[in-house]
Amino acid sequence: MTADNTQSAHGHDEDVTRRDILYVGTAAFAAVGGGAAVWPLVDQMNPDASTLALASTEVNLSAITEGQSVTIMWRGTPVFVRHRTAAEIEEARAVPMGDLPDPQADDERVQKPEWLIMRAICTHLGCVPLGEQGDFNGWFCPCHGSHYDTAGRIRKGPAPKNLEVPPYEFLSDSVIKIG
Amino acid sequence: MSSNNGPKRDFIDPHDLAEPFESNNGIVNWMESRLPIISLVYNAGFSFPSPRNLNYFWTFGMILSFMLVFQLATGIVLVMHYTPHVDMAFASVEHIMRDVNYGWLLRYAHANGASFFFIAVYIHMIRGLYYGSYKAPREVLWIIGVAIYLAMMATGFMGYVLPWGQMSLWGVTVITNLFSALPLIGEPLVTLLWGGFSVDNPTLNRFFSLHYLLPFVIAGLVALHIWALHVPGNNNPLGIDVKGKQDTLSFWPYYQIKDMFALVLFLIVFMGFVFYAPNMLGHPDNYIEANPMQTPPHIVPEWYYLPFYAILRSVPDILFIPAKLGGVIAMFGAIAIWALMPWLDTSRVRSSRFRPVWRWFVFIFLADMLVLGWLGAQVPNDVLVLIGQLCTIYYFAFFLIIMPVMGLIEKPKPLPTSIADEVLGGAAAPDGAAAAQEKRG
Repeated sequence: MTADNTQSAHGHDEDVTRRDILYVGTAAFAAVGGGAAVWPLVDQMNPDASTLALASTEVNLSAITEGQSVTIMWRGTPVFVRHRTAAEIEEARAVPMGDLPDPQADDERVQKPEWLIMRAICTHLGCVPLGEQGDFNGWFCPCHGSHYDTAGRIRKGPAPKNLEVPPYEFLSDSVIKIG
Repeated sequence: MSSNNGPKRDFIDPHDLAEPFESNNGIVNWMESRLPIISLVYNAGFSFPSPRNLNYFWTFGMILSFMLVFQLATGIVLVMHYTPHVDMAFASVEHIMRDVNYGWLLRYAHANGASFFFIAVYIHMIRGLYYGSYKAPREVLWIIGVAIYLAMMATGFMGYVLPWGQMSLWGVTVITNLFSALPLIGEPLVTLLWGGFSVDNPTLNRFFSLHYLLPFVIAGLVALHIWALHVPGNNNPLGIDVKGKQDTLSFWPYYQIKDMFALVLFLIVFMGFVFYAPNMLGHPDNYIEANPMQTPPHIVPEWYYLPFYAILRSVPDILFIPAKLGGVIAMFGAIAIWALMPWLDTSRVRSSRFRPVWRWFVFIFLADMLVLGWLGAQVPNDVLVLIGQLCTIYYFAFFLIIMPVMGLIEKPKPLPTSIADEVLGGAAAPDGAAAAQEKRG
């Protein structure tokens, strides 16, 4: 046995037997078949069709006055829709990029400057931040003390990123569709 | 070829010190020749020779076995009345509390049972740390124990979600979000865990399923843990090996009765909580139904996770590793490092009783854990974060620096020659108890 193995290690093609092919082939089929059998057991945990069906929400903006925020349920989590005041927009635009841990200009975060739409999920560990609070007049997360500014950008605390802007579009001047 | 084909050992197999199982009963012998289960139970649970100097810290193995069965029994009957759906879970728990016969007792016993399971396991682990039970030849026994602890953490965590209160929802939101810190796979992994875009009904359902499954996994691990224990036998407060029969007492009646007495004392305290302070270890916010639109002002995990939660929050940005990822690595690393203890500890002396300097580092370590536990329940401010960082540094230094270095530089006290010499005084003949044991056979 030992002598045979040493020879095949030197690469004599004739030492690769029909049995070796069968072993490798069987193992390869077993691996692929095993993976194919396990995948449904894993993928069943991903979002199902009924969860995905709730993936978009429409919001009427006409009732939201300047300086007012509303919280909308989208995909089971809250979304902030804030009608910003001119002062808040000015404040957000005046911030130098160097002060931002996750640099992003104010106009990259909004489609129309007066409407700030963001997921109300702190990017640290997923709590809902409180509005018009914190050191930067924006949002403050009570869980671990992250401060966001009037554009929802992280300024201070453990959160690594700005509050996420969800995909949305203006269906008309006063109606948006989130998702 | 030797007739003994087992592996070589440099210690005595304790079972060799016991009289072999014998019976005159025909039915027993008929069964024994087909499935030797009666001798297995006798050898493992009755005649098993255990060091004669085991103290009360050694009763927690039995107490933990009892708690596992207790949690399984109460849990299985609670499932008969619980509804795992976000619209009904909270109400079904109140239904258990108000309508189900003895439902209040079963739920309080199960909820406090989790806490007392953890109290017992922490004492059991501290015992192992102090008396060096993790050292050769018990490394595998110890590592299986670490795996059991991890499975207990996961089970307790998922169980706390089931009542679907505010702390259930936001606790699980914060902890599952930890996984989003992982590079690349983080976000898809969290979506996979949740089965959606937030903690919702699919999450509750799968956690219910896993909360039911994991205790049986733990039971399997416990069987391996006990098997691994029975190869070298118990460690003991002196930390020296059993050298012969004179160093041992049979498990029945000496240790079974001692274990039962300790269990009774443990149950008195446990039932004191169940009947007189059933909510003391819980959080009042969990009596508010889960609301995904509003986070409670202060999220606190269950008490048994607090030291690790404090470590999680203590880690700042380090070089290219953001605080969120660093905290997750530190928190899981804090537990994973236990599995390396058999090799990090370079001292061959097991019991801290003979290690005059090391034992003080162990006491400081225990105090460090208590401070971390307290910090985990506080709202962090600058001072507390600093204390948390100092405690976290000591935590890891204890394993990575103190443990290897002390074994090399410390001069241990002289070890006793044998357990019998130390316990019985001189080379005395077996005393009355041991003589009685011989007669019992």
